[in-house]
Amino acid sequence: MVVGLDHYLAVAAILFTLGIFGIFLNRKNVIVILMSVELMLLAVNINLVAFSAALGDLTGQIFTMLVLTVAAAEAAIGLAIVVVYFRNRGSIAVEDIRVMKG
Amino acid sequence: MIATLAFYLFAAVLLASATMVVVARNPVHAVLFLILAFFNASALFLLAGAEFLALILVIVYVGAVAVLFLFVVMMLDVNFAELREGFVRYLPIGGVIGGILLVELLLVGTAWTISPQAPLLLAEPVPEAVTNTRALGRLLYTDYVYLFQAAGLVLLVAMVGAIVLTLRDRPGVRRQNVGAQLARARDATLAVVKVAPGAGLTVVPKPEPKPDPEPVEHGHGGHHGGGH
Repeated sequence: MVVGLDHYLAVAAILFTLGIFGIFLNRKNVIVILMSVELMLLAVNINLVAFSAALGDLTGQIFTMLVLTVAAAEAAIGLAIVVVYFRNRGSIAVEDIRVMKG
Repeated sequence: MIATLAFYLFAAVLLASATMVVVARNPVHAVLFLILAFFNASALFLLAGAEFLALILVIVYVGAVAVLFLFVVMMLDVNFAELREGFVRYLPIGGVIGGILLVELLLVGTAWTISPQAPLLLAEPVPEAVTNTRALGRLLYTDYVYLFQAAGLVLLVAMVGAIVLTLRDRPGVRRQNVGAQLARARDATLAVVKVAPGAGLTVVPKPEPKPDPEPVEHGHGGHHGGGH
C-alpha cells in the first residue's frame, strides 16, 4: 500500500456516511435509496481490502468477493421489486408502500 | 509519490461523485455518478494491490449493477421531481445523523493501533511471488470452496427471484403451444378423398374436427410462433 491504512479508513468512513446521508435525503425515491445502499457496501469493501492489504491477509479479499455477490443479488431483487411495485401502483414513492395488501 | 498523489486524486473524485449520487436532481445523473464512483473505488483497490477485486468491481458493478439501475430508471415512467419533495426538509436531520456517525467513525478509526502480534494470527498470509489473482484462486477453490458455493447459491436465488417477480402473463399474447402441436393427429387435419377421373373435385371435404381444448390454437394449422 502506498498510503497508510488510516487514509483508506477515512475514505471508507466518509463514503459510508454519504450512504446514510443519502438514505435520509431521498426518503421518497426507492432507486436512490438502493444506490445509497450500494455506496455503503462499497465503503465496507474498501475497508476490507484496506485491512487485507495492510495486514497481508487474503481473507479480507475473499470476504469482499462475497459482499460483492450479495450486493449484486440485492440490487437485482430490489430493482425487481421496484418494477413490480411500479406496475401495480404507478408510483415508487416509499411512503405509498405502507399498504401491504395488493 | 505519484502513487500517493493518485490515491488522493481517486479518493477525492470518489467522494465527490458519491456526493453527487446522493444529491443529484436527475436519477440518470445519479446512476452515472455511481458508475464514476465505482471506477474510482476500483482504482483505490488497484493501489492497495487487490487487482482481481478491482477488475471484478468494474465488471460486476459497472457492467451489471449500474446498467441495471440505469435500465430501471429509464424504464419507469416516474415523475422524479415529485419524489424530491421534502429534500430540504430532511436535509438537517440527515446532516446531523451523518455528521454524528462520521465523527464517531473517525474517532474509532484514530483511537486504535494494530497489535504487534497481529502478523502471527493471519488466517491466510499473502504468498510471496504469486500474483493476486492466482493467490485468490488458490484460496477460493480450496479453503473457501463452501463460501464459493454459497455465493453461487445466492446468485441463483437472486436470479430465480427476479424472474419470478417480474414475469407476468399478459392477456392477448399468442404463444406457441407445443403440447397442442405435438398432440395433433393426422386424422384431425388430413382427409384422403377418392376423385373420379374427369370429374374433378367440387367441394373440398373438411376433416371431422375433434373436440380440442384450445380451438384458437388449432385454427392456424398449429405452427404459429407466439409473440414473447
